[in-house]
Amino acid sequence: MKIIACGNPYRRDDAAALLVAERLQAFGIDVEVCSGETSDLMAVWEDADRVILIDAVMTGAPPGTIHVWDSSVPGLVSGALPSTHGLGVAEAFRLVQVLGRAPACIRVYGIEAAGFELGASPSAPVTAAAEQLAARIAGEIGAHPCA
Amino acid sequence: MTTASASRTIRVETLARVEGEGALYIKLAGEHVTDVKLSIYEPPRMFEAFLRGRHFSEVPDITARICGICPFAYQMSSVHALEAALGVTIDPAVRLLRRLFYCGEWIESHALHIYMLHAPDFLGFQDAVAMAAQHRELVERALRLKKVGNTLMVVLGGREIHPISATVGGFYKTPRKQQLTALVPELEWALEAALQTVEFTSKLEFPDFEQDYIFVALHHPQEYPLNEGRIVSSSGLDIRAAEYEEHFVESHVKHSNALHSTLRGRGSYLVGPLARFSLDYEQLPREAQQAAVAAGLKPPVKNPFRSIVVRAVELVFACAEALRLIREYEPPAASRVEVAAGPGVGHAATEAPRGLLYHRYLLDDHGLVRAAKIVPPTAQNQKRIEDDLREYAARLSGWPLADATWKCEQAVRNYDPCISCATHFLKVTIEQERP
Repeated sequence: MKIIACGNPYRRDDAAALLVAERLQAFGIDVEVCSGETSDLMAVWEDADRVILIDAVMTGAPPGTIHVWDSSVPGLVSGALPSTHGLGVAEAFRLVQVLGRAPACIRVYGIEAAGFELGASPSAPVTAAAEQLAARIAGEIGAHPCA
Repeated sequence: MTTASASRTIRVETLARVEGEGALYIKLAGEHVTDVKLSIYEPPRMFEAFLRGRHFSEVPDITARICGICPFAYQMSSVHALEAALGVTIDPAVRLLRRLFYCGEWIESHALHIYMLHAPDFLGFQDAVAMAAQHRELVERALRLKKVGNTLMVVLGGREIHPISATVGGFYKTPRKQQLTALVPELEWALEAALQTVEFTSKLEFPDFEQDYIFVALHHPQEYPLNEGRIVSSSGLDIRAAEYEEHFVESHVKHSNALHSTLRGRGSYLVGPLARFSLDYEQLPREAQQAAVAAGLKPPVKNPFRSIVVRAVELVFACAEALRLIREYEPPAASRVEVAAGPGVGHAATEAPRGLLYHRYLLDDHGLVRAAKIVPPTAQNQKRIEDDLREYAARLSGWPLADATWKCEQAVRNYDPCISCATHFLKVTIEQERP
């Protein structure tokens, strides 16, 4: 089982998963922190057959909403266009499926973001949601559908 | 249906597979291009301004933040300029390690651009993921090549991007010989993969399009340029980095947040793989020259669409050079020399994957930065990209708008532009005037 948190601490709510990672690590649970860049992310989950992936998302739901997807994320697209920096989590997800390298079991937790402004601190709803999600994951690990 | 005399506009609202945010606007009247604007609307990032007042020792870690794909080039141009300002002489083993670091960055950057950003243009896919469905082996090769580059960056720099090991006078920590020799088997695979990359790219279809470029690159008598050399051009320029600002002029244009660079009295010029290959072919190692010959390349290469092949030849170079440097490496007695703060002015130019990168720093008595100037490769190529499109778009006047737009985007991607560094998304507009 590998838990992966993707995000950027300098872009407001893009730090959502990193906040979750901090709390899980405080519980003594290993978390791999990753920028979310496609090849790095693929390298991180390369040898894992079971993965929990945490990232900030935008679906139009109220900020702080916690989403859960198992094995697939319908309509997943990157916020940025693909570039040398911008190949992201969505592309990694599509690519591992095309290449047949997807983990046997993957659960994606998304925290609905309010915004990704440069240099800003995470919003209050996202900070609160990160606390809740960390507690939930810590409690669910033994009962994870992949376990 | 478009007629020869109709006027139209090619507009790409958001160009993908380039680094950063910008827009392209092309106006056509029949076969005549009446306006081309490469507009970089990403806000200026003010690095030169917020370096002011910083201690020289902080500069390399700040400049490494300018780019996520070529941070080491930014770091090194600043280190070299500051060492010039402070009269620092480095250990030869440190110089060797810096060159090896560049190889890691070139492998990572070139592999990603060739396969993930540029190859889909030639093979007719929207992106690398769509390409992977039919060309799985290409994407697998790209990912493994990038990983080789990343690993080299981690061993030398502490992490894949924004490395933290380099400093004025050397490195905070140098690797053990064994750490580097452990990379040899994967680098030997990478060299073979790079040779296959040259073969693959050489078989792509290229438009019959050549330009009379003024090439500008570093030149070193014994080495293919990475971290040092004189600045030379195909029009006879041969200067020290300290003379750069006497010959190159930056100017603001209304439609772009990145400054345009021109060669005084000559206009636009080109930096990057085509320039290096054309000016420094003799310095390429034997493997790279042989690969170039087999691919039908000989200097000068004037077709910008063939830059993908030249980039692949440079990938061969970077892998071969990395292997050579690892064989020759013996750890230095000290990882760095102590550097005393003091006044001075220093200039340096190095070769980032995308081309020549110039830095200048003015330090006060306390070693604090009083002035900084940074000229990235994409800013230097900006006007040249517009000049290419002025010629190229005219040939597309009879094409369906969607196809013409796609081809113009491809022409921009020939340059692997890093708009983020130059000041992110590129919008392209082609407008055809009505008679």
